[in-house]
Amino acid sequence: MKVLGIETSCDETGLALYDTEQGLLAHVLHSQVATHESYGGVVPEIASRDHIRKWVGLTRECAARADMKIKHIDAVAYTAGPGLAGALFSGAVAGRTLAWTLGIPAIGVHHMEAHLLAPMLEPESPDFPFICLLVSGGHTQLVRVDGLGQYLLLGDTLDDAAGEAFDKTAKMLGLGYPGGPRLAKAAESGDAQKFVFARPMTNRPGLDFSFSGLKTAAITAFNSAHRDSAVINDIAAGFQASVVETLCIKCRRALQQENLRNLVVAGGVASNTRLRAALQQTVDDVDGELFCPRLEFCTDNGAMIALAGALRLQAGESSNTEIVIRPRWPLSEMQPPQRASGASGMR
Amino acid sequence: MALLSNGKTASGYTVEPRMHARKLLPMLDELLAEAGLLPTQIDGVAFARGPGAFTGVRIATAAAQAIALAADIPVMPVSTLAAIAARAMREGGHEKVAVAIDARMNEVYWGAYQQSAEGIQLLGEERVCPAEQVATLDSSWVAAGTGWATYGEQLQAVSGAQLVELTDPFPHALDVLAIGTLMYANGNGVSAEHAAPVYLRNNVAKTEAERGVARAR
Repeated sequence: MKVLGIETSCDETGLALYDTEQGLLAHVLHSQVATHESYGGVVPEIASRDHIRKWVGLTRECAARADMKIKHIDAVAYTAGPGLAGALFSGAVAGRTLAWTLGIPAIGVHHMEAHLLAPMLEPESPDFPFICLLVSGGHTQLVRVDGLGQYLLLGDTLDDAAGEAFDKTAKMLGLGYPGGPRLAKAAESGDAQKFVFARPMTNRPGLDFSFSGLKTAAITAFNSAHRDSAVINDIAAGFQASVVETLCIKCRRALQQENLRNLVVAGGVASNTRLRAALQQTVDDVDGELFCPRLEFCTDNGAMIALAGALRLQAGESSNTEIVIRPRWPLSEMQPPQRASGASGMR
Repeated sequence: MALLSNGKTASGYTVEPRMHARKLLPMLDELLAEAGLLPTQIDGVAFARGPGAFTGVRIATAAAQAIALAADIPVMPVSTLAAIAARAMREGGHEKVAVAIDARMNEVYWGAYQQSAEGIQLLGEERVCPAEQVATLDSSWVAAGTGWATYGEQLQAVSGAQLVELTDPFPHALDVLAIGTLMYANGNGVSAEHAAPVYLRNNVAKTEAERGVARAR
């Protein structure tokens, strides 16, 4: 089954073709980072406009790279949530209508489930059960994964997501947008020992996170220091070290608590090289194994949507022709695949 | 929704705010089933390309693009203002229609359309502006569109167009279809990737520079 995946939940337009027999056939991505840079963050209306402008050309390009015709697609998977409503509508209406026209099934995919399954795009993929650290601009969650749609939320952030804290801190340090990668880059030139921040919520039991106070601590340090670029780099390094170590402590705790060995890390922040290295050390210490998708599949992309959709479609699930998006959609509400009743999934 | 098949026109129409995405495909299914057609048997797809509510315009655009991409057919983007004018012409027998859609933020989407031998024709250009800045016309023009309910006095004072009893200020797919069919016949369809919304309001956010945000470097 050849599945077209469409990702438009935020500021990346991602298209991919995934074959349940052959694996990933092709994927293309248009990032809007440059568009939103001058605004200092994602402008939802501008993001939605860009998706509409780009998705058709990207779909053609993706099909061409996979050396196949649009009419030979067997199913369509599109991100139905969570995400920005206008952006989600663009891809959901496009994807569902494309499937309807071709008379093939379609499925609305949960964006975070797709992130969580993204390591399965790699040759070395983990078996269930495993612990997943979902870490992005909107999420910081530790999830026990026992199978497709079987997710137990072990820990969550009480305030800012890790990526959000990166972005906000970067903004206040004057590093601009996108904050995460820029702060990480500044940190590489800094000394993490100059400003040592607390590791929030690690001195008490539990798997929840809180990054808001850390962000404030970094800003306070910045405001009371002599503001040159060396200081900014040192604060960035100290901040990043705190986030990375905090995430590692909680991951280790989660593996031990659930008595599991396999750790998956996914989401945009999973592309942070310091975090990847530190998590590798963490799992090595407990004789476990780390699975993280290649960098391009950590950030938003169409390949993970095609894969997640393909897994559910294969299990008989599909979405009917009433197009529904869910801008807010807790991962904990996901269920194992439900077989579609009658032919409503087709058209 | 409207469908022209074998010279016969069928249409479905419902006013249900925020339900476009849910209703779209089931309504199309009904229309096609009545005509005994499959989606891949459609020859061309016309859609209201705006101006109008941004998300609504995008839902229509994405659907038209998807049908065109899948069925490998041309798309005819039709102005919402032209469609409203055509409806007033069709239902009220008018020849010159000044259309104003309430664009919120104290502005209207404006377009003046008249009948001609080649079909419906735009006078000047479509624009988004305060009611006080619409075009000056005369009393041979009649008013249509939601903007007249909100800014009737100002619009009338500036444009000189006449307020007449119109049944409905919204566009109807029958008129989108009629204009689109003519475009198709004239070879004015475009490929799916060139089927673009027309928002008119293009300045939707302020950049950091415009907001005066300082950058350290």
